[in-house]
Amino acid sequence: MNKINQLFSERHDRKLLSLYFCAGCPTLDLTGAVITTLQRRGVSMIEVGIPFSDPLADGPVIQGAGTVALRNGMTLDLLFSQLRAVKDDVRIPLVLMGYLNVIMHYGVEPFFARCVECGVSGCIIPDLPFQDYLEVVKPVADRYDIRVIMMITPETSEERIRFIDDHTDGFVYMVSSAGITGAQQSFGDAKLAYFERIDAMQLRNPRMIGFGISNRQTLESARAHAAGVIIGSKFVTLLNETGDPERAMDELFNALKQ
Amino acid sequence: MGNQPDENGFYGSFGGAYVPEILYKCVTDLQQAYLPIIESESFKKEYHQLLKDYVGRPSPLYHARRMGEKYGCRLYLKREDLNHTGAHKINNTIGQILMARQMGKTRVIAETGAGQHGVATATVCALMGMQCEIFMGATDVERQHVNVERMRMLGATVHPVTTGNMTLSDACSQAIRDWCSHPQDTFYIVGSTMGPHPYPDIVARMQSVISEEIKWQLQEQVGRDYPDYLVACVGGGSNAAGTIYHYIEDERVGIYLAEAGGHGIDTDYTAATMHCGTEGIIHGSRTLVMQTDDGQIKEAFTISAGLDYPGIGPMHAQLARSGRTNILAINDDEAIYAGYELTRMEGVIPAIESAHAVAALAKMKFEPDDVVVLTVSGRGDKDVETFLKNKALAGEYGEF
Repeated sequence: MNKINQLFSERHDRKLLSLYFCAGCPTLDLTGAVITTLQRRGVSMIEVGIPFSDPLADGPVIQGAGTVALRNGMTLDLLFSQLRAVKDDVRIPLVLMGYLNVIMHYGVEPFFARCVECGVSGCIIPDLPFQDYLEVVKPVADRYDIRVIMMITPETSEERIRFIDDHTDGFVYMVSSAGITGAQQSFGDAKLAYFERIDAMQLRNPRMIGFGISNRQTLESARAHAAGVIIGSKFVTLLNETGDPERAMDELFNALKQ
Repeated sequence: MGNQPDENGFYGSFGGAYVPEILYKCVTDLQQAYLPIIESESFKKEYHQLLKDYVGRPSPLYHARRMGEKYGCRLYLKREDLNHTGAHKINNTIGQILMARQMGKTRVIAETGAGQHGVATATVCALMGMQCEIFMGATDVERQHVNVERMRMLGATVHPVTTGNMTLSDACSQAIRDWCSHPQDTFYIVGSTMGPHPYPDIVARMQSVISEEIKWQLQEQVGRDYPDYLVACVGGGSNAAGTIYHYIEDERVGIYLAEAGGHGIDTDYTAATMHCGTEGIIHGSRTLVMQTDDGQIKEAFTISAGLDYPGIGPMHAQLARSGRTNILAINDDEAIYAGYELTRMEGVIPAIESAHAVAALAKMKFEPDDVVVLTVSGRGDKDVETFLKNKALAGEYGEF
């Protein structure tokens, strides 16, 4: 069974925590240590960012991480070999997150073949149009049993949410706000109304809420309305500041209590 | 192939709309709205009225006898430099601001390289009383500071972008991010034939007034409505698209487009996307892109801020692939020389972008009777410092 499906079939406590980090930042060879540390500290799923020169859906923190990673010499091929090296130690699902140009350039077929070989269970491609997903990407991903996770946002119509839910598997990535990635201080009434509206739709797939989660208020508002949360920019910032996944986790747990 | 994309915005295999989900609604709303708006009588009337009374169209088609004699042809300059705000860019911003108003948007954003599109956008926002935010690479803010002051004077907020190479490509990325954050009230006025569908088609249609005028102006001046050759510079591709729009299917017309070679196409310092690019995705469009073996977008390099882009409009990618257009790479030194040459022989100081088109003449072969129309996309006021700083490259014209 795909590890993503397994995770959501086993855990229904709405307390799943998925963390994002950008491979190659702050240092080139930290990938394996970040993954094994996060697993040990109880993280349920990890999104490994493939750095890209022009990340259109990302705010300054993740843009900056990508720039550092590329300067450090990170490539998709190197990332795969780093993941391959820790494959046997990793029990939680790994999801690669990257932009279409890099994946297209690598080749869709080789990309998913390497995902399997390196223990990756899913991928998120923010600029992949749904039609291309259905026609080009999904048939290949299905063959390799890799989940392609699609996003919904406050701007996504109910009809389209149903359509996305019907044609994807694993989980639906629910973007908290109209915007790009980055920490926010609080989620206001409009966001809560959106969370409630989607919760009431009773989708087939579980939902994870991401974008903007950085403290207790944002964490709890999101958790009340989804299977769990995804934290990106906040963790990337802490990993940059500490240079050490263990200490970054300490700081993150502290921040989420505030 | 013709000048229009298919229903999904593809020109052959290039085009489409590769945008994050947050923009899906904005982009599909625009896809559904743009043709009914453009084809409505009220839009056409207001657009053409403004082009005439506000922009000063038609722009002249000027018989450049001295330059023509030098290159052995009958050379006509399509004088987009004489438009209000000094370039072809305003043809497009007038159309898009009317569209924004029709769609009930209240806030306008735009990217700019040389600042010409930024000025043209700030101008129409002042005209319509709309809030205007311009994204411009910090490098360009410096090298095109006169245009920055014009935008500010017109009431726009200019955001210097400090990511990447701090040029046009980075400005586009930042404008798209802003659009992601304000999808409901914001209209993104894209300045070139790039970006997600329907932008390449919108911009090409708005600029097509250039070739529409060339047709009747040639008929009046030379007795036939087509030239033997069209010449234009190409960065994202808007003035080139406008220049060739009504001639794409007319095989009597040869098309030569000049892209920016920078230091040369065999160096790392170039913006010649059609010479050096491979298929990829940039700013929401599948097209030719200058990229590394790992699929990272490379930074473009050229003396010309307006051509400093590692991608190319999808329509141009397809036309070049099909062999309909001939693409010449013009290096910085050739553009500087050509800019001085046009200045001294015809008394026209072209924008450094347009000077690339002028430089193409030296690489083409003509019969004495050939009618050549070259689009001077903008005027060189903004580039006087660049021309002066590089006068060592201007040969006999640089001795002053």
